[in-house]
Amino acid sequence: MITAERKPMEEIIGSVSPYRRILLVGCNECVTVCAAGGRKEVGLLASALKMHFAKEGNPVEIEEVTLERQCDPEYVEELLPRMDQADAVLSMACGCGAQEVARRYKEKPVFPAVNTRFMGASERQGVWAERCAGCGNCVLGITAGVCPIARCSKQLLNGPCGGSTSGKCEVDPDIDCAWQLIWDRLKALGMQERYEDNIPAKDWRTGRGGGPRRIVREDLAS
Amino acid sequence: METFEPVIVAFCCHYCAYTAADMAGSMRLHYPPNVKIIRVPCSGKVDAIHIMKALEKGADGVIVAGCLEGDCHFKNGNIRAAHRVDSVRKILGDIGMGGDRVEMFTMSAGMGERFALVATEFTEKICKLGANPVKSGTDMGMHQAAC
Repeated sequence: MITAERKPMEEIIGSVSPYRRILLVGCNECVTVCAAGGRKEVGLLASALKMHFAKEGNPVEIEEVTLERQCDPEYVEELLPRMDQADAVLSMACGCGAQEVARRYKEKPVFPAVNTRFMGASERQGVWAERCAGCGNCVLGITAGVCPIARCSKQLLNGPCGGSTSGKCEVDPDIDCAWQLIWDRLKALGMQERYEDNIPAKDWRTGRGGGPRRIVREDLAS
Repeated sequence: METFEPVIVAFCCHYCAYTAADMAGSMRLHYPPNVKIIRVPCSGKVDAIHIMKALEKGADGVIVAGCLEGDCHFKNGNIRAAHRVDSVRKILGDIGMGGDRVEMFTMSAGMGERFALVATEFTEKICKLGANPVKSGTDMGMHQAAC
């Protein structure tokens, strides 16, 4: 999922303070799962903002909406009847969702209420960790299902480096060395010989090196 | 100065805190009538939004009361509740309300005296803090120290 965290309250308050009617839009997808911008978080933020501005003697109207998906035009269209009553939009979706709202409703200022972080997985309740860097050319098949691009601090394709100590990364002792994980898993699978294979230099043009990316599926595109 | 009677919402778990409140009644202990009890199956059932809505709608203080640590009927609901109370206190601090209007307490079902004491002391604390500033807008100090 795409993970996100709510922005500091002070920053959110600062961005919407000139407006009196705010449309607060959450998303039912990734940000709901990582508890950053789903229906529940929308309710909490709306309540906090209402209380803050009421306390200041400057009450705001906040309408809460949580879309099924904020990155899809079909769902973003559902906001249309509410836009007339809104001075500004505060989006609790990832950057994709906030941009889609901004693209559709050009006359309304759109502010993000979350910082989009990374593509990750749940490690346990309340803990998410980066798992994929979206490099566009997946190597998991030759790295025993552990991604060195996302999980090695140096993105080494042939690791580990000298900074790997007792299975931990020198960057932070809380980070597992990805290449230690790869080796452990290769061993468990009885595929140690694969470790001897040199992985050639990666073509980064499939990643961000090639600029902003698009996928065009001719069989689906209209 | 008009008298300030704080409204305090107390979310009490069915198995301990609510029974402790009941016990306080059976023991004929006095505690301020400002404390309005809402019985919940477990303090872990209390979500941050319940606390926020209570304050948004004008409560001056919120108590979340659960079982003693290690004694939760649902294992760790009281621990979860304590974490949520901490997060709400942080949000309230961030929006300039101060986190002191919300507090978590733990007690066993037999602690009627503790419930009465908690209710009394928390009410006194809220009296000192004054009315919920959300109700009075900028006039935050209007009711202070009146009760």
